[in-house]
Amino acid sequence: MTAFATRLGAAVAAPFALLARAIDLPLRGWQRLTGMGGMAAVFLAPNLAIFGVFVLIPLALNFAYSMTGGTDILLPDRPFVGADQYARLLDCADYSRAVTCREDAFWTAARNTAVFVVFQVSLMVAVSMITALILNRKIAGRGFFRAVFFFPVLLSPVVVGLIWRWILQRQGLLNLIVVNLGFDPQVWLNDRLYAFAAAVGVSTWAHMGFYTLILLAGLQAIPRDLYEAAEMDGTKPGRVFRRITLPLLGPNLAVVLVLALIRSVQIFDEAYVLTGGGPGTSTLFLTQYIYETGFASLLRNPGLAAAASILMAGVLVVLTLAQLALSRRAERR
Amino acid sequence: MRLGFLLARRGATGTGRGWHWTDVATWVWLICGTVLMFGPALWLLSSSFKGPAQLAEFPPTLLPYVQAEVQVEGYDDPLPLYAVTLPDGTEAELAQIRRIGINAQMVDPADPETRVTVNIDDRAPIRSIGVATDNYVTPLVQNDFLRFFGNSLFVTVMATLITLWTNSMAAFALSKYQFRGRGAVMLLIVATLMVPLPVILVPLYSVVSSVGLLNSLWGVILPTVATPTGVFMLRQYMLTIPDELLEAARMDHASEWQIYWRIVLPLAAPALAVLAIFSVVWRWNDFLWPLVVLSRRELFTLQVGLNSYAGELNVQWHYILAMTVVTMIPVVLVFAVLQRFITSGIAGAGIK
Repeated sequence: MTAFATRLGAAVAAPFALLARAIDLPLRGWQRLTGMGGMAAVFLAPNLAIFGVFVLIPLALNFAYSMTGGTDILLPDRPFVGADQYARLLDCADYSRAVTCREDAFWTAARNTAVFVVFQVSLMVAVSMITALILNRKIAGRGFFRAVFFFPVLLSPVVVGLIWRWILQRQGLLNLIVVNLGFDPQVWLNDRLYAFAAAVGVSTWAHMGFYTLILLAGLQAIPRDLYEAAEMDGTKPGRVFRRITLPLLGPNLAVVLVLALIRSVQIFDEAYVLTGGGPGTSTLFLTQYIYETGFASLLRNPGLAAAASILMAGVLVVLTLAQLALSRRAERR
Repeated sequence: MRLGFLLARRGATGTGRGWHWTDVATWVWLICGTVLMFGPALWLLSSSFKGPAQLAEFPPTLLPYVQAEVQVEGYDDPLPLYAVTLPDGTEAELAQIRRIGINAQMVDPADPETRVTVNIDDRAPIRSIGVATDNYVTPLVQNDFLRFFGNSLFVTVMATLITLWTNSMAAFALSKYQFRGRGAVMLLIVATLMVPLPVILVPLYSVVSSVGLLNSLWGVILPTVATPTGVFMLRQYMLTIPDELLEAARMDHASEWQIYWRIVLPLAAPALAVLAIFSVVWRWNDFLWPLVVLSRRELFTLQVGLNSYAGELNVQWHYILAMTVVTMIPVVLVFAVLQRFITSGIAGAGIK
């Protein structure tokens, strides 16, 4: 495989050899002028420039946006409104009921996202853990099955959404199965509960292979002799799992939890293509709220969208820090 | 549970070769998993070859069929062929001219002069396994899908090349040079791993719009290319390249650029290949950002175009399904050829 990669690299590089030689001349001059320190700057410059313009500047600008009003997209055209956008987002008569809030769509989206995260992350960790444990056994065709579970990870979210929309529609495959089992066919995505469950299930289906791989790598790094010693002592399998597998898998499990949480909070593409946020607002999630408030709705409000995105970023930061602290404590034990 | 207990006993005693209940569970899980993971895509593939009429049927058939057609004298278009039970009880193969309510007007292909009217319940279409290639041809030729495909291809290739170039240079500087602020730059890059697109959607849009890249494919490409994952992955790999190699080249008066281009890049080829594969898949699959930046139809990428066609009130599923398959093809090819490589790459790096 390495030989193949080398050849692939060479093939990609070949047309650029000429370009590289042309770049070499002016850079030699620059190197004589500035020495090694200057060269480091040259090598870093393109990446950092793109980085700065398209990540760091927007990150800083986001705070400015969240404190301005109006529908204009360019910052100089926008009037300063202070914390009004945040006040509007957080203005609720009764926080347990989204309808009493001024921005009820935001609270619906926030609640939906919270429920989604709880169910999706638990399902994701459980399913990928079971799959990783199974793939870690000595079974025939392990490489094949590892690939099988990884396959949907590569599919685009739009493709994933459309595949499942097609299966869940009225004349779809799921109804064929349901009817053959003797139940009534459903229009699955028109039902609030089923549509939500579909969003959870489909996004788990699409990404579990990735987490399975991380967990599998962790399982394979656990020394075999630990298990052999446990077997010789006649330790029960449940105890072996709790006392050997889980603690030694800790770091990988923490990575999986953090990544799954962070991605789950940002759920958008598959769910948007699958349900479009419906029926009603039952699968409206935060990213879709930000997208629609900022760009898609008739009364677009970039300031409100920016404020919502900062609140979401706050949640992400808190989640990440809490998770890191937890995993560090788990490691120390 | 009792069965499991019995099997467990059998596996644990004697030769140790019996089937433990966990073996049974393993294979049930693996086989169900295989069906669940590949099934939906195969169902999509099969459905994409069905005509509109067949797609509307319930229960759906597993394989695509095409209606047999026959050219009848006196009619311009080929007519669909049916197996008909005539009122006198005989069976015949007739071509349908038109359908009127619950009756269908039929004609015998061998005798185009006589027309018969039969109840639609007395006729069944004559079909054979076949594919409706029109599902693929029409959207590619008449709609904009060929253009969407081209746009996606352009974005993917350009973004990947720029990613490989800028990320490898940055990784080279971060792994092979000692300079002030190196730690800070590294920290900055790792920290931005945590900045997801939805969080900077609005200001990123305004930045892209003020540099004039709105409704341009470069507006889709440039914000995505400075991937922190790529820099991190390449740096880790380049750290394993011995510094003595670089020193030897410097003795021979090689310029720093030559060292990067002629020594470090070729040696980092395996890591570059992994990043190239990731980048191709990421950029091909990107959805939210192109959706925001591109509002002119002729600039849509495949993902955005597909979503726009699937969002119409009257969804033309026979075209959508076929184009979904087309959108899937490059990624499935990558998977089929390189899956071993990818899965070991992810397991090694632990990142995506």
